[in-house]
Amino acid sequence: MTTKSMVARPGRRPTPASLASWLLLLPCVVIFALFIVWPLGKSVSLSLHGSDLFGRPDAFVGLQHYRDMLGSSEFRHILWVTFAFVLLTVIPGVLGGLAIVLLLEQHIKGIRIFRTAFALPFAFSVASASVIFATIYNPAIGLANGILGKFGVDRIGWLTDPSWALVSVAITTVWMSIGYNVLVLSAGIGAIPTEINEAATLDGAGGWRAARYITVPMLGPQLFFLVVISTIQSLQGFGQIKILTPEGGPEQSTKTLVYSIYHTAFANNASDFGAASAQAIVLLVILLACTAIQFGVLERRVHYK
Amino acid sequence: MRQLTVGRVVTYAVLIVAALAVIFPVYYVIAGSVMSPGQISSYPPDLFPHGLFTGNYEGASSSGTPIGRQYLNSILQTSIITVAQLVTSVLAAYAFVFMKMWGRTVLFGLFLGTLMVPWESIVLPNYLTITGWSIGGERLTASYAGTMLALVLPFLANAFGVFLLRQSFLQFPTELRDAATIDGCGHWRFMRRILIPLNKPALMAVGLYVFLAAWNQFFWPLLIGDSASRRTLQIGISQLNDAEAADPGLILAGVTLSILPTLAIVIFGQRFIVRGLTAGAIR
Repeated sequence: MTTKSMVARPGRRPTPASLASWLLLLPCVVIFALFIVWPLGKSVSLSLHGSDLFGRPDAFVGLQHYRDMLGSSEFRHILWVTFAFVLLTVIPGVLGGLAIVLLLEQHIKGIRIFRTAFALPFAFSVASASVIFATIYNPAIGLANGILGKFGVDRIGWLTDPSWALVSVAITTVWMSIGYNVLVLSAGIGAIPTEINEAATLDGAGGWRAARYITVPMLGPQLFFLVVISTIQSLQGFGQIKILTPEGGPEQSTKTLVYSIYHTAFANNASDFGAASAQAIVLLVILLACTAIQFGVLERRVHYK
Repeated sequence: MRQLTVGRVVTYAVLIVAALAVIFPVYYVIAGSVMSPGQISSYPPDLFPHGLFTGNYEGASSSGTPIGRQYLNSILQTSIITVAQLVTSVLAAYAFVFMKMWGRTVLFGLFLGTLMVPWESIVLPNYLTITGWSIGGERLTASYAGTMLALVLPFLANAFGVFLLRQSFLQFPTELRDAATIDGCGHWRFMRRILIPLNKPALMAVGLYVFLAAWNQFFWPLLIGDSASRRTLQIGISQLNDAEAADPGLILAGVTLSILPTLAIVIFGQRFIVRGLTAGAIR
């Protein structure tokens, strides 16, 4: 490459520089086209077709899958479970993270040890975290019942009782996410100008008053970011559900939308890729809406600064 | 020194309880992995191991699930994805920052757009595509190498890496860039000799972030690896758990082994991953 090509201006004809930059972008473009853009269209097309025994599309059925889905009580149940799972993970996760960060802000000694402690769950993949919690929830020898038993609490069917299964999966998910929430909120606090807190201290607002009236409002953008990101991640949760409750839970109590996509396409030789793709499109629309809300609100917020 | 008031005692107490609750599963997996079968299944449960029992580790490596092989599969899969994403991201970010081309902004917008597409909503067509491919009449995933290829292929590029590196490259001083150009330093040399060494922290952040994410994968490896020796570690340990008459000590030994690489990253690479993980959260 010559020096000349580096200062070449973009023109109508492809210059050597523009050719070279296309070459650099090619690996990304090929992978994105092949495994993101094309499948996106293919997902839509699959959702409009029936499926043969191997999941390959056959007859065009139009919006039939969508009509079946919206009319079925099972699908309403799936959406409800998905929604409940989001609530059970996002609210405790974000509020728990906030509580920990505010406590850490009260001029605590050994703050680094605490931060490392809260970061440890990062080391656990979804699979390893789920497997540990499966052992802890074990009805016979699990620690959850063992410890509660010492306080005289009756054994709980963590993963076998329909009213507990989703909660148990949610606890695992919150455990996995708390470190990230602490990290983001700590970084947010670090970005708050120190003069603000100094002024508050001079005015006699120390400790919890400062936290209540200064830190929490100033953390608004980070809290909002965490709510959206956790919602998106929670909607995509799969490993913990599949590992802790392989059959989608007792009485389908943990059958979320993503689990259902997997189940419809792969369980018991169902191979119903058409119906599963219709669910995948619903998931896509929900997640895009979440992302749009995030961008919309965050962008608008910038003007307030 | 601050006074130890009631409020501060309560603050410490709550923090310690919260920290213990978060650390507890970490402790439990390691302690449980060195407990004898009798001890781990005792009721009420015992929290402290009596001596060091190594049978679970021996069991985990010799059980029906070839954990060692799956470990290697995961290391290989994760390394390929990490290196490939670093390379593809550096190249793309370079083009976006340092080269003039027609439609650059639009293309960057499209790149970012790919981040909004959740993998779960396109996993089915990708599964059909990759399992439908064949090499010389043989199904792509029929061989070990083919399975590995299928595991990594969709993840060789990711717009997140491009985005992070572009941010970092944009902060590169233009004077340095101009000086290099005047000295006759071409694109390739500039990238390798100046830009990459000076952006090491950003590259580390991307690399560690990609490593964690790839190591963490579950859905795709679950679909692609169809025999025990071709599965990744994550699928392996989840199947230790599924096995009938599952042995908790053995499961915990498998999990302990599986968290070693990422535990090392979290403890020693904290400052780098923080940068990768919080990109987007901090404005």
